[in-house]
Amino acid sequence: MSASTEESTGTSSTGTSSTGTTVKDRLQASLTPPPRGGGPRPSTGGARPERRFLKPALAAVGLLFLALLPMLNIQVPGLLPTATYQPGALQLMALCLLMGAAALTYHMLIGVAGLLSFGHALYVGAGAYLLGILLERTGMGLIPAMILTLVLVVLLAGLTGSVALRVSGIPFAMVTLAFAQAGSVLVRRNPGSATGGEEGLSLNTEQVPAFLVGVSNTRNLYWLALIVLVLVFAVVTWIQNSRAGRLAEAVRENENRVRVLGLKPYVAKLLVFVVGGTLAACVGMVHLLLQSGAVPKTVSADFTISLLVMVVLGGVGSRWGAVLGGVLYTLLDQRLTVLAQSDTIQAMPAILRVPLSEPLFLLGTLFVLVVLFMPGGLAGFVRRMGARYGGRTNRKKDPVDLLEQSA
Amino acid sequence: MSTIVLLLITGLGLGAVYFLVASGLSLIYGLMGVLNFAHGAFLTLGALIGWETARLVGADSWGGFALSLLVGCLVGALLAAATEFILIRPLYERHIEQVLVTVGLNLAAIALFEGVWGTDPVFIQGPTWMGMTTEILGAHISNDLFITIPLAGLVLLGLVLFLKKTRYGMIIRAGVENRSMVTALGIDVRRAFTLVFTIGGAVAGLGGVLASHFFGYVSPMLGGSLLIFAFIVTVIGGLGSLAGAAVAAVVVGVLQQFANFYWGVGDFVVVILLAVVLLTRPSGLMGRKVATA
Amino acid sequence: MSSILSVQNLQASINGQQVVEDVTFDVPAQGITALLGRNGVGKTSSIKAILGLIHRDAGTVSLEGQDITSLATHRIVQRGVGYVPEDREVFAGLSVAENLRLSERDENPRRELVESLFPDLVKRAQQPAGTLSGGQQQMVSLARALMNQNRVLLVDEPTKGLAPKIVGEVAEALAEAARTVPILLVEQNLAVVRQLAAGAIVLSDGHVVHTTDSAAEFLADEELVTRYLGVGTATETSTETSAQTSTQTSTQTTAEGAHP
Repeated sequence: MSASTEESTGTSSTGTSSTGTTVKDRLQASLTPPPRGGGPRPSTGGARPERRFLKPALAAVGLLFLALLPMLNIQVPGLLPTATYQPGALQLMALCLLMGAAALTYHMLIGVAGLLSFGHALYVGAGAYLLGILLERTGMGLIPAMILTLVLVVLLAGLTGSVALRVSGIPFAMVTLAFAQAGSVLVRRNPGSATGGEEGLSLNTEQVPAFLVGVSNTRNLYWLALIVLVLVFAVVTWIQNSRAGRLAEAVRENENRVRVLGLKPYVAKLLVFVVGGTLAACVGMVHLLLQSGAVPKTVSADFTISLLVMVVLGGVGSRWGAVLGGVLYTLLDQRLTVLAQSDTIQAMPAILRVPLSEPLFLLGTLFVLVVLFMPGGLAGFVRRMGARYGGRTNRKKDPVDLLEQSA
Repeated sequence: MSTIVLLLITGLGLGAVYFLVASGLSLIYGLMGVLNFAHGAFLTLGALIGWETARLVGADSWGGFALSLLVGCLVGALLAAATEFILIRPLYERHIEQVLVTVGLNLAAIALFEGVWGTDPVFIQGPTWMGMTTEILGAHISNDLFITIPLAGLVLLGLVLFLKKTRYGMIIRAGVENRSMVTALGIDVRRAFTLVFTIGGAVAGLGGVLASHFFGYVSPMLGGSLLIFAFIVTVIGGLGSLAGAAVAAVVVGVLQQFANFYWGVGDFVVVILLAVVLLTRPSGLMGRKVATA
Repeated sequence: MSSILSVQNLQASINGQQVVEDVTFDVPAQGITALLGRNGVGKTSSIKAILGLIHRDAGTVSLEGQDITSLATHRIVQRGVGYVPEDREVFAGLSVAENLRLSERDENPRRELVESLFPDLVKRAQQPAGTLSGGQQQMVSLARALMNQNRVLLVDEPTKGLAPKIVGEVAEALAEAARTVPILLVEQNLAVVRQLAAGAIVLSDGHVVHTTDSAAEFLADEELVTRYLGVGTATETSTETSAQTSTQTSTQTTAEGAHP
């Protein structure tokens, strides 16, 4: 005789859950973000009503503060070379803002669409160099030249993106790397003396409005950089929340699922790629103005790696994290070089002095440590702290999972 | 005719260098799924310390040269083993973080090397014979190629024998195909990981020393562009395939030489080749089939 | 009867998606126990979770009373858990002989047993495994698991995609193997299950919904079969395999409720 035991563990006895849901239903459900912020959403949807306004309020205050900085006399010795109303600090802060914006555009590729591109620098550099060449070679005014540059970069990103996106994962990363490498070589080769080769291209200020030229106008360039950052942030947020953005996110999570539903991942990815590249070019253009020139390093794989480091430091998947990472990286990079010249460092024995004199060594080590011990980056750290003291765990996607989905 | 012979043989030499760097990359990726950016550091340090050794013993002596090769190999191996043990192992199965960690390591290491050795290239020399040329079919071939190419060939042979004839070689071949099934047979793949990393590092170190002779100089920047081309070669040949890496290395090396000489566009041609290969065969010339769209 | 493998409240997920909800069962220390259920209920996932090939969220697994939950996959396998995966997963680039040699763990691998069970493989020793037919690959996969003295075998859909004649050969090999080692067999081919299996465990939606000592009785019950295995499976008859094994009768035990 045999004994059979009937297992009733809840759902199976009613039968509906196992037989009622078809495959298609389950797929549909998986694409729809769960009711409470389960997917990667901007975390403005909090439980308590006050929380809804906390983040935008903070952002507004922060923005106001940043805008007013050039008129204030704040000194942060060590960190800022001069007081905040003076050109030295303004130049540095403007650069930080621009790099934050650049990191943000990269975040859109990696953190949102899961496109691990190793050639993003190409578009930043293209923006800088194309604008520089147009200003140098043609008599175009600044605005027309900027518009033309953007059009050209859209074409460039469209062309390279359409080719690269035919593959995904590692092959995609390699194609983007190769394109950027080609660009880098082209720039260094100095065809027709257009790019200035290794020396770089210096800015021809003839057509540039006076208020953007000269050390005394660094303030205006700072505000321009701030405007670019806000613009990039707005566009990235808009894309992220748009249908294309959501589609790209879904694609990142599970490409096959999306394809099974008959949607085309290619177009969404290409859109994100082109927008990201174009925004990067905007940053590049302002960079040209700020630095009064363009250098080959901007087009190099090294620069893309820096963007990657910025985004990871800040925490993948977080817009604020990307900006923070960009700012932090730039600050460290710029200041550590100066710090290395200081007497205290110079006086140290070689075994300490040498590593401390190389900002990239410190940044690289910091990066390794962050990856090993703090994989969520700064944003993840802040979130964990917030969860500990704020009580509610934000069910945002773990940045590490986001990154895992990129390749 | 003599130009063609020259370009062919120099191309082969360049291919030999590419192969030495790419072979490790390919095996590491194939077995572990890690795109190892730190390979640049392995080859650079191998070249730098190899050069220091040669200088100590006497740069123009054969003993110095041979020793530099050996030391380059060892340095690469040690650095690679340490990297795998300290940085890669703790991140078991987290591939993206493993890649990131190698990116960070490469960044930090190269910066450190720059701090120690400076950024300017140091022009090196080997035994006098290597600096001379031999005439073959009218072409003046730099003698160092007669060492680089056969050495790379020997390494290829050695690697193939290792993979085919040893138990660990078998484990690696199986693991490249299906890592989880290897563990499901009760085998601890992690040892194979360390082994593959170490071998890759050793070969990269060797490649670094030979590269410095090929290009004529040594500097912390040596790894940079070489690494990128090694990546391209690895992807063209097919990640995980040793034979693919060998074939792709030769094709890329020769193509680059010809394109550079006649039209100055060697680097572009390589990029176009990569794009063409990836668009027609995403898994590379000889890689295992990747799940395609 | 004692159980060789005990699974308690196992939970597992793939990429954050829960595939094993709450699974509890025991595998008897003798004979073949079938793991049944519709497509996608979590049979393969349960097997993989036992081995640690997918991420275990909760639950325990014990082998002969010893907790193996915290062990890495290769350690679990080294303890004596043989695995014959779905889709064979032979190493295509390696020869048949290399595939087998790779699996050898023990001091004295059971080469003679394997050679006597699979004479065809002996002939094809040097052939790359990727060039074998589906049935031959299945034999390689089985042989790999039999090479060592295992304490239990986890066999996942060995007859999938095979021609009826080969299905029969595989069933024979399994029956022969079951004489010396207990087997947990995931199988959709109910004729094979009827022929080979003593007990059965039925999964649905990631849970165990039914366990029985007599797979034959379960399969004879049309109502139960339709409810748990889907419409139409009760009347499904794959080609009756010729070999009538004695596994079922010899390991039939007296009634003892298989309790989770």
